[in-house]
Amino acid sequence: MSKYYLNYLDELESEAIFVLREVFAKFQNPVILFSGGKDSILVTHLAKKAFYPSKIPFALMHVDTGHNFPETIAFRDRLVNELDAQLIVGSVQKSIDDGRVAEEKGKNATRNALQITTLLDTIESERIDCAIGGARRDEEKARAKERFFSHRDEFGQWDPKNQRPELWNMFNGKHFEGEHFRVFPISNWTEMDVWNYLKREKIELPSLYFAHDREVVWRNGSWIPNSDFLKLDENDKIEKKRIRFRTLGDITITGGIESDADTIEKVAEEVAIMRQTERGNRSDDKRSESAMEDRKREGYF
Amino acid sequence: MKLENSQLLRFTTAGSVDDGKSTLIGRLLYDSKSIFEDQLDAIEKTSIRKGHEGIDLALFTDGLRDEREQGITIDVAYRYFTTPKRKFIIADTPGHIQYTRNMVTGASTANAAIILIDARNGVIEQTKRHSFIASLLQISHIVVCINKMDLVDYSEEKFNNIVAEYENISSKMLIKDVQYIPISALKGDNVVNRSKNMDWYMGAPLLHTLETMHISSDYNKVDARFPVQTVIRPQREGFIDYRGYAGRIASGIFRPNDEILVLPSGFSSRIKSIDTEQGSIDEAYPPMSVAITLEDDIDISRGDMIVRSKNKPECSQDIEVMLCWLNNSPAKPRAKYTILHTSNEQKAMIKEILYKVDVNTFNRDSDDKELRMNDICRAKIRTTKPLMIDPYRDNRITGSIILVDDSTNETVAAGMIISQ
Repeated sequence: MSKYYLNYLDELESEAIFVLREVFAKFQNPVILFSGGKDSILVTHLAKKAFYPSKIPFALMHVDTGHNFPETIAFRDRLVNELDAQLIVGSVQKSIDDGRVAEEKGKNATRNALQITTLLDTIESERIDCAIGGARRDEEKARAKERFFSHRDEFGQWDPKNQRPELWNMFNGKHFEGEHFRVFPISNWTEMDVWNYLKREKIELPSLYFAHDREVVWRNGSWIPNSDFLKLDENDKIEKKRIRFRTLGDITITGGIESDADTIEKVAEEVAIMRQTERGNRSDDKRSESAMEDRKREGYF
Repeated sequence: MKLENSQLLRFTTAGSVDDGKSTLIGRLLYDSKSIFEDQLDAIEKTSIRKGHEGIDLALFTDGLRDEREQGITIDVAYRYFTTPKRKFIIADTPGHIQYTRNMVTGASTANAAIILIDARNGVIEQTKRHSFIASLLQISHIVVCINKMDLVDYSEEKFNNIVAEYENISSKMLIKDVQYIPISALKGDNVVNRSKNMDWYMGAPLLHTLETMHISSDYNKVDARFPVQTVIRPQREGFIDYRGYAGRIASGIFRPNDEILVLPSGFSSRIKSIDTEQGSIDEAYPPMSVAITLEDDIDISRGDMIVRSKNKPECSQDIEVMLCWLNNSPAKPRAKYTILHTSNEQKAMIKEILYKVDVNTFNRDSDDKELRMNDICRAKIRTTKPLMIDPYRDNRITGSIILVDDSTNETVAAGMIISQ
């Protein structure tokens, strides 16, 4: 076999770098949507590679629900400092205080849907024309149809039936004033690819991704961490479990799984034999069969 | 799993629910254990609700709400699975003529295409259409899967007849590598596991075929082309004078010390280094993303192309293309569009439509010159400044263009360059 070929991880890396450089060339004010989760950490790492030895030419934007894992915020601040990057924070609490959105009621209330307004308001006020995200097509069926360059109208909405065709590696980022793009450089990566790459590149992650002891409550089929933000009633039983998280989001809805995998090698191994999709532990996706599609149309990540 | 050396294979499938396309994809995902328990649970529930016997594998490829309601594929959906030998990306596209543009889109990045034929029906209009698109987009490998063999008693004769029928149409097209596999996606014959019902078939099952297909030579390694995406100028300590031209190798192999030419300016220089974040490298080949530095200080910006001195693309303002129209509003004669070609962007005009091609019969029509959605034609385009082009058949990257309508910003056409 010829030696002139890339293995699949190198090819995915090269594709993502290509996309990130296209973003830099085509937009005035692009940002990376940074949640503190592994996918946005990966995208940030790839941006570092794409422009080396320059520093990354994108600000990091965090939509802060106010319900955070403290570890995520500490990690975010350290990374921003290390990259010497600008940080933009959109605060859901502020959107609530300003009367832009109202807090959901009831036991299973979350701030997940409220993020959409905060995200779109911040995109508008900061005049952002491109928000780079770490979404992947393997995550969910609505995301399987997503483009690398995904157009959003002046209301921030996605029209899945009227997407621009995307051929070869030619990306059309043209838009009118007030519209913006979401760009997904790791569209073609799977969860397994992400872990294999993080392992290979020895990329640092928040400790939450590794097995640790934590107080949790069993809810909707997964272990929800106990926190000041969680509404408990007499049926909830707080237990101590050894868990890790497969995705990181709002602390009130991010479920952990029982695990002893406390290193990246062990996590990658566990993912390889895992029989549940990673979003299976996200109660935000369980609300209906098209929960993700509906939120994405509205402007969700 | 030993994946360090495994490659990525992108393939496309076209078809409707009736051909068993969704069942085939479901079968590949299911038998390669790429389906998770929660997905399986959800599908079992739906299968029971709809009154199916057993699990309906086709449900794995369900997409948007409208598609679920109508039971059809509208858009391109991308699906992923990995075996110990390779990672696969499936561009799953609809098969009906009104979605030609989606098939073209899915085919544009594919190394291989699976063409599904219903063993009961043989080669039909749709088979021709899918083959034509595969040939137009120059997909290197075609795998013709003759499906539903269980419904024709696994007949060798039936299989041979269809192969002969297909050879007859493929000989009229530019298709390099065709393989034929008799399968039953529903029963699992020859998809992942070898069929016990067809002893007469000596070839490999589909998955094995996809795992071992030789794809390293799909990239052009001869004509060195490097479209510049952006210039990296750190202007910080340690890198004050650094000027790296960032891009992805489109084709050919670049090495330090190579004599190069910058187009369109025509300045020559030598490669000083080829850099990545992990350090400088000795060779760069497609599809690597790198930064190239040169010995001389030349004015280079996005849209320029670095090539080797002795092997140049054509520089021309007049290009001839096979054009696929992708938009609801028809092409406007002599209207101006923005043309995107590698990292270059210009204005362009469709000067002349030579003929349209009927994707079902391959017939040419030089009378009807109106270009509507899903039409494919041969056309002449004139650009405001020269583009550095290669024929599409030699180079998928420097040989392709898209047109954007400035009044809507929509991508309205995709073109494959024939020559000047």
